[in-house]
Amino acid sequence: MERENFGFDTINLGHGSGGLMTRELLDKIIFKTFNNPYLNQKHDGSIVKFDGEIAISTDSFVISPIFFKGGNIGELAVNGTVNDVAMCGAIPKYLSLAFIVEEGLQIDDFIKIVNSVKAAADKSGVLIITGDTKVVERGKGDKIFINTTGFGEVHPKANISTDNIKVGDKIIVNGFIAQHGMAIMSQREGLEFESTIESDTTNVNYLVSDLLDKFGNKIHLFRDPTRGGLASVLSEIAGDINQGIEIYENQIPLEKQVAAACEILGLDPLYVANEGVFLCIVDEAVADEVMELMKKDKKGKNTSCVGEITKEHPNKVVMHSSIGGKRIVSPLIGEQLPRIC
Amino acid sequence: MKYLSEYRNLETTKGYLKLIEKAITKPWNIMEICGGQTHGLVKNGILDLLPEKVRMIHGPGCPVCVTPLNLIDKAIELLENDVIVCSFGDMIRVPGSKKSLLEVKARGGDLRILYSPLEAVNIAKNNPDKEVVFFAVGFETTAPANALSVLHAQKEGLKNYSILVSHVLVPPAMEAILDDEFASIDAFLGAGHVCAIMGYKDYYPLVEKYKVPIIITGFEPLDLVQGIYMAVNQLEKGIYEVENQYARVVKEEGNKAAITVINQVFEIGDREWRGIGEIPNSGYKLKKEFEGFDAELKFGISHIQVAENSDCIAGEILKGIKKPHQCSQFGKKCTPSNPLGAPMVSSEGACAAYYHFAEI
Repeated sequence: MERENFGFDTINLGHGSGGLMTRELLDKIIFKTFNNPYLNQKHDGSIVKFDGEIAISTDSFVISPIFFKGGNIGELAVNGTVNDVAMCGAIPKYLSLAFIVEEGLQIDDFIKIVNSVKAAADKSGVLIITGDTKVVERGKGDKIFINTTGFGEVHPKANISTDNIKVGDKIIVNGFIAQHGMAIMSQREGLEFESTIESDTTNVNYLVSDLLDKFGNKIHLFRDPTRGGLASVLSEIAGDINQGIEIYENQIPLEKQVAAACEILGLDPLYVANEGVFLCIVDEAVADEVMELMKKDKKGKNTSCVGEITKEHPNKVVMHSSIGGKRIVSPLIGEQLPRIC
Repeated sequence: MKYLSEYRNLETTKGYLKLIEKAITKPWNIMEICGGQTHGLVKNGILDLLPEKVRMIHGPGCPVCVTPLNLIDKAIELLENDVIVCSFGDMIRVPGSKKSLLEVKARGGDLRILYSPLEAVNIAKNNPDKEVVFFAVGFETTAPANALSVLHAQKEGLKNYSILVSHVLVPPAMEAILDDEFASIDAFLGAGHVCAIMGYKDYYPLVEKYKVPIIITGFEPLDLVQGIYMAVNQLEKGIYEVENQYARVVKEEGNKAAITVINQVFEIGDREWRGIGEIPNSGYKLKKEFEGFDAELKFGISHIQVAENSDCIAGEILKGIKKPHQCSQFGKKCTPSNPLGAPMVSSEGACAAYYHFAEI
């Protein structure tokens, strides 16, 4: 489809001025794309109605490159926040959407990103109800940053809290880890390598909602191990609950190509970022049924029970290696750095 | 995964652990030279699976750990003076005397993290108005690619590319450890990847002189336990030989093409090792005809000399005299997020390995 002629090919400072150029950009791209009764009010904000408790989560997206294998910053900004709201045991409903654009961004790239936001929002059933667009001088940003805030209704059967976790609970992961991080890594300047590894960015809110429908308060915790990977999230949880966590190396779902890429670059997949991955900590009595339900879902095909909560070694995560050894899994310190040799 | 999963097999590993148990009659100190091996031992929980009589001593083979403090200060000096500094990843967090490369980057220094020095040559080509320096640290393993980068830059006629060299060699370090009266090593696991480049002929005189078995060993769990078994076996039989456990990768004569490139660009010279001090003939320096690519000469930074942090016992750790947790600062003043010395920074460093994967 041919796009409308805007009379400009790149976004410039004028588009963030708040004047006519801003209006034009909003009308021709933002309002046209998202077109819903809330946004069409063209007010400073929106008024929405909720019954009961609401869950709110905010996140900023600064990924580079903005287009990567398996997605772009636009859908990432929706899926990331939708999933964070879902992790609270809630059903995501509305999103705010704020862009900080570096002047010089190609209008075609901007449109691609906005369209991806729209597609991802439709897929996860959320509406964009308010937003903002700012433009900064060249060098003051990195092409485009996006902030989204999500609002969701807490599921009536949900009781998600680390306080509910008890010894014996099982830790279940919905699929292959480390895909997103390695997809991005393979495209970083100076590190490019050929692979077909794609980011796993996707929304998991419907699967989460199905789990809550069926298992309610038997599900004690949801968490998505994004930055810092599975290791960091588990270490955090172990610290919060003052119990131990044991995981098993050979039960951690890891796709072959991702495992190979991690080997080559000297990275530990346990610390590599994920996007469409979540873990749930569930009462051991329902663990098998939870796994069964998850495996039937497209977003849980590779579900695996990776470990459990234990009395031993409180505050620590212990991994049983594939050769029968044990080691402590500590949280990520800074960025994971490639090793020399 | 081909060539990986086979070497992470539970049953075969258990088999070798049993063999070690059966063969061993008294305690032996076995030093694994390479930081990658230390990492493998700790990450896979092998140390706890070994019989108590096997005492693994963690050697100096972590390139980040042995790079002297003043080299880091030299790199920082360049980074603060408008030079594009390119480095392998784990070097950037190592503290210099006052700050790390990462901190200087945060303040605006143009620091690039690369996997290959050849990429640095490209950066120099694409930035003709800038000076580009590759921080060429490491053992014999990284030397061929670093040498090749110099040859590439020469071929391209690049005047804005140079390297800050801190190359160290394994055999002289082993000799220094064997000569140290406080270190008592009964056998070595030789560094597999170093030998993949250099071969292992250099070890024959060491074995003869010090009567110490050297087993060229790989990095996977099975490699490590098999290497340990071969060492124990020799020790118990009272023999000392160079044995090659890592034969799927290492040939006696090494990688001839790589050695040729190294010899074309580098020559042997004295080198300072962090925590150990200067070891004669223990490193590479650029040959006279490649002096134009020597960042130290080019930028006149040879004078930068700083003293090590006196609280850090990196030297004793690297020589295997002390274990990381025997250091009074371990886990207290010195942690991976606030390291006093390099062994706490690199994922291959003995201190970081102990901190992250400590015994349970």
